[in-house]
Amino acid sequence: MRVARVACAGAIHVAQPQQLADGRAGLRLTDGRTLAEEEVVWLPPLEAGTIIALGLNYAKRAKELAFSTPDEPLVFLKGPGTLIGHRGVTRRPAGVKFMHYECELAVVIGRSARSVRRSDALAHVAGYCIANDYAIRDYLENWYRPNLRVKNRDGATVLGPWLVDAADVPDPGNLGLRTYINGKLTQEGNTRDMISDVPALLEYLSSFMTLTAGDIILTGTPEGAVNVEVGDEVICEIDGLGRLQNTIVGDALFGR
Amino acid sequence: MPLGPCIAVTMDVPPYRLSGTVYGALLNHRTALQALGDAVNRPPYNAAPQAPVLYIKPRNTLASDGDYIAVPPGVDELEVGASLGLVIGRPSCRLTEDRALESVAGYLIVNDVSVPHPSYYRPSIPFKARDGFCPLGPRVVPRTAIANPDALTIRVYIDGVLKQATTNSQLVRPVARLLADVTEFMTLMPGDVLAVGVASPAPRIRAGERAGIEIEGLGRLENPIVEGAP
Repeated sequence: MRVARVACAGAIHVAQPQQLADGRAGLRLTDGRTLAEEEVVWLPPLEAGTIIALGLNYAKRAKELAFSTPDEPLVFLKGPGTLIGHRGVTRRPAGVKFMHYECELAVVIGRSARSVRRSDALAHVAGYCIANDYAIRDYLENWYRPNLRVKNRDGATVLGPWLVDAADVPDPGNLGLRTYINGKLTQEGNTRDMISDVPALLEYLSSFMTLTAGDIILTGTPEGAVNVEVGDEVICEIDGLGRLQNTIVGDALFGR
Repeated sequence: MPLGPCIAVTMDVPPYRLSGTVYGALLNHRTALQALGDAVNRPPYNAAPQAPVLYIKPRNTLASDGDYIAVPPGVDELEVGASLGLVIGRPSCRLTEDRALESVAGYLIVNDVSVPHPSYYRPSIPFKARDGFCPLGPRVVPRTAIANPDALTIRVYIDGVLKQATTNSQLVRPVARLLADVTEFMTLMPGDVLAVGVASPAPRIRAGERAGIEIEGLGRLENPIVEGAP
């Protein structure tokens, strides 16, 4: 099963995929209404608890950034204001030189986890989503990297479109990830190339902090994160999880 | 949209509850920056921070006045990071310095507990994000009750003995400036907390001792320190 959270006709709803009569992909609200993708406002598929993100969790990506593979997972945190849903827009400030997407497998915790073992870890997962976690490298400073000005910007972490049940993702360690800018493939990887896989991350994180239902772990991005410009349509795709669409916009929309 | 924390902090002004999101500003007290000396210009930092250096205390760290703080196995001492916490009253984006304080609902004491760590280059999660590592409280004091948040004196006691006395007059970015610079790139929401900065050196504390933090007009936040379970 997979569910989305959408706003439609004055309320927030839970929705599931439903093919429309004309063959297009659509969704069905809990109250029975069936709508096309573009007739609803897609929200992040859950109300997030703690948002945990991984840096340099793919070896080739670490090499791309001229870093050696870290000794322990490189973890940072993000605030809830960064999240937006499928089909939303993300602002690229005027004058920046390098803003890039990061297609990532997002793991949603379903059951509290403290000091879990690798072998039991996946039992604590509710499901998975796609995340596109933008960064603006112009703002990078060498203090608690990556600093929040780079990675904690309003609306710069796209999450969705669906929360897909863990039961429908038998092996989170073998999922292809792809990113397209304006239809052109620019990033391709597979979760099997993670340095710390999902069970290892849950074991590591729960060794020093309690994970709670609704916490989200963004598991890092493979190599191939390239610059985006205003007007670009960015689609992140993960096997079995769908396609997450986002558009880059300029300052004017925000009155800047 | 964070899920509210299950912590006991009295708050008699809107929004009446904390959101559960706590941000902190690193190196925003002159003593903290001075403690690094010329190291700020050397690798791995290569330059003093330009924008506010922020971190997040996630919801598992949140704790109330009187709650135990556990020292992790293999660690001797913790740092007591005493800071004024701003409680945000309304959605705050691109605040101007002259009106920034209007966004503050009130103030509370934050104890930003850390496992001492020598480097600020990499993220601090295993040092700062442990369960119970962010006691808050004992209550939110309305903004109108505090004449000048940049003039408050902060005292840290260990087992009742004064170990540190500092003042917010030494903030690199005073409260209003900090709010303006933070909200330039991220919106603060009602009930969010922003810890404005910890002085250096932060007093160290061991299991069996009690941490007490007093801020003028905000009361006292006190937490016993215990050995953590292996």
